[in-house]
Amino acid sequence: MNSLLPYLITAGIVFTLGIFTIIYKKNAVGVLMGVELVLNSVNLNFIAFARFVDYQLNGQLISIFIIILAAAEAAIALAIILNIYRLKTTVDVTQVSEMKN
Amino acid sequence: MITLALYIWLLPLLAFVIQIFLGKRLPRKGDFISITAIGISYLLSILLFVQMLTNYNPEFYITAAVPWLQVGSFNINMGIYLDNFAIVMLLVVTTVSFWVHIYSIGYMHGDPRYNRFFAYLSLFSFSMLGLVVLDNLFGIFIMWELVGICSYLLIGYYFEKDSAANAGKKAFIVNRVGDFGFLIGLLIVFTTIGSFSLLDVQQGVAQGKLTGGLLTAAGALLFCGAIGKSAQFPLHVWLPDAMEGPTPVSALIHAATMVAAGVYLMARITFMLSFDAMLVVAYTGGFTALFAATIAITQFDIKRVLAYSTISQLGYMIMAIGVGSYTAGFFHLTTHAMFKSGLFLGSGSVIHAMHNAMEKVGVHEDPNDIRLMGGLKNKMPVTYYTFLIFTLAISGIPFFSGFLSKDAILGGTLAFAMSQSNPVHYLLPFFGFTAAIITAFYMFRLVIKTFLGEPQRPDFYKHVHESQKVMTIPLMVLSTLSIFIFYTLPSLNPISAEHGWFEHLIEKPESAVSIQLGHPVLEISEHVAHSAHVNGMLVSIIFALTGIVLAFAFYFWKKVDVEALTGKIKPLYDLSFHKYYFDEIYNATFVRGLLLWNNFLAWFDLKIIDGIVNGSAFITRNFSAFSGLFDLGFIDGIVNGVADITQGIGQRARKIQTGQVQHYILGALAGLVLIMVFVLM
Repeated sequence: MNSLLPYLITAGIVFTLGIFTIIYKKNAVGVLMGVELVLNSVNLNFIAFARFVDYQLNGQLISIFIIILAAAEAAIALAIILNIYRLKTTVDVTQVSEMKN
Repeated sequence: MITLALYIWLLPLLAFVIQIFLGKRLPRKGDFISITAIGISYLLSILLFVQMLTNYNPEFYITAAVPWLQVGSFNINMGIYLDNFAIVMLLVVTTVSFWVHIYSIGYMHGDPRYNRFFAYLSLFSFSMLGLVVLDNLFGIFIMWELVGICSYLLIGYYFEKDSAANAGKKAFIVNRVGDFGFLIGLLIVFTTIGSFSLLDVQQGVAQGKLTGGLLTAAGALLFCGAIGKSAQFPLHVWLPDAMEGPTPVSALIHAATMVAAGVYLMARITFMLSFDAMLVVAYTGGFTALFAATIAITQFDIKRVLAYSTISQLGYMIMAIGVGSYTAGFFHLTTHAMFKSGLFLGSGSVIHAMHNAMEKVGVHEDPNDIRLMGGLKNKMPVTYYTFLIFTLAISGIPFFSGFLSKDAILGGTLAFAMSQSNPVHYLLPFFGFTAAIITAFYMFRLVIKTFLGEPQRPDFYKHVHESQKVMTIPLMVLSTLSIFIFYTLPSLNPISAEHGWFEHLIEKPESAVSIQLGHPVLEISEHVAHSAHVNGMLVSIIFALTGIVLAFAFYFWKKVDVEALTGKIKPLYDLSFHKYYFDEIYNATFVRGLLLWNNFLAWFDLKIIDGIVNGSAFITRNFSAFSGLFDLGFIDGIVNGVADITQGIGQRARKIQTGQVQHYILGALAGLVLIMVFVLM
């Protein structure tokens, strides 16, 4: 496993899965999971590039930063979902169209 | 001293501003603000007065001015001019004003517009004090008008009553007539001399810049203003109606502020009166003195009697200025201010008591009517004794202030008549002496009817009480000031103020007209003046006593049947009772004439002016209709078309916005793919 390409392919697959999850999942929690997938694929990219191209710690640092960010984001997103549930008694994102008009 | 004068003048203005904006929210509705302001002014005036007495210099004057209005070469300076005359006047105004303020606490107690009343009083004091201290005729004119507006506000104070509102309007409009003359006089002075300042005018007249007929006209026109303000014949009609105002206001207007303004002005411009102008002044004053006195005899309203007596006394002052007895005229203004304000405040005390008594009984009759009074002496001793002192003073009995000043005026008129070759001028002393006897008569008629004899209405009489301390103390103070000694010091001679401070310090200003002509306008030798004084004094004492005895004979001892007598001279009695029908005559001529002219104007307005207006309106309307159509069809078509297109695009575009995040992300993804494809290609 000493080449960059497999990592990039894996990251690409995970990213694509994440995007599709975001787009097609009806459950808001599912959407949130998709977001996590996207973030983690990016992490994977950063670390791979750090390992094979940069030889320094920049990639790792940014990954850790993203992980922290993801944690914060998840907290906020869950809070939003909870509120939506309280408001509408559902977490189906197709039912939520407040941004219309 | 200038600063002191400024403080005296401006403090009441400050009080007015505070009162009118904040008065309602302050404790006691803020009456203490007005009272403190006028009180300080009063103290400062006393201070100035004491300084004047320590100087004891008849020539003293001090002046300071700043540029006030500058338009090109047109300059008006505004400044303060203080001489002994102004200082005494300041003291008179602040004294009366202060005690009226104090009295009002009691009299106006519980009035719904209490704070506004005090605000107006302050404004009134401010205007009058300004009139006294300002050094130029223009400033005096401004203050003059302010006094006018204050009188309007205060006379119409009970504006719920039609009669009060009308009286206010009447006072204002009648004064307007006189002020018109004043204004023209001012214009003459300014065009010929080029300055309003009193000193400049004096110099200008002395240098002959204003001469002959124009000088006489200027004097007479300025006198027109005084006729209006000081209620001289024929513009006296507003003053009796001014009784509609609250009684403290009557005291203020009639004693120290409004009516004194006219006399003050005449005294100020006495240096520029030509002989003819002086005759006009003297005869107007003399005639008014007698004329108003004859009306006062038959009135039954306690305040109306006093009102006509005021007109009469003002006539005396004006006459004194006209015959050149400047000091005597001003002396009478001073003494009159004290006893007349006292008389009004005393009558207010009586009215107050009668009003309360009527409320208790539950009957609503006129509390001013002296036919319902009688015997009040026992119920209201303080009011009675002070009222008696004021009455003795106004009647001209020795030992009281009125005697000194009235005697000086009568002596002056007699001296004037004796020094003229034309015997017609003996009319002036005749007016004066006759008015003196009538004055004593009607004043004692008033006292007897009000305070002595049997109570006419025992039902009211039972409930009458002496007024409270705030009302009686001003009466006591003013009655003390009606004793001779305050005016004759340092001499103690009760029958002549010749050696007193007043006659020493208030010196007749040198006549600028005399300087211009090179010979005196009016020459009265020492000898003539002296003999006139001695004779005048004896005659006036006898006349005053005769008047009093007559009054007692008529109304107290009932030696003469008054009813039968009035029946015998019915036409004369009616003439006096209806005030010579002046109101009716003015109504029939001026008011009716004005209404006719107004009706004509209204007709003209309705038919001719409105015709033109309507015609142009018709043209405009049709033109507008056409342009309206064009607007609707063409312009609106374009505008609406643009709007429709925009709306259509919008309708279609808004479909994209579903509100669902997933759709947006899909869009963003598609965009990203497109960009990647383009970039890669």
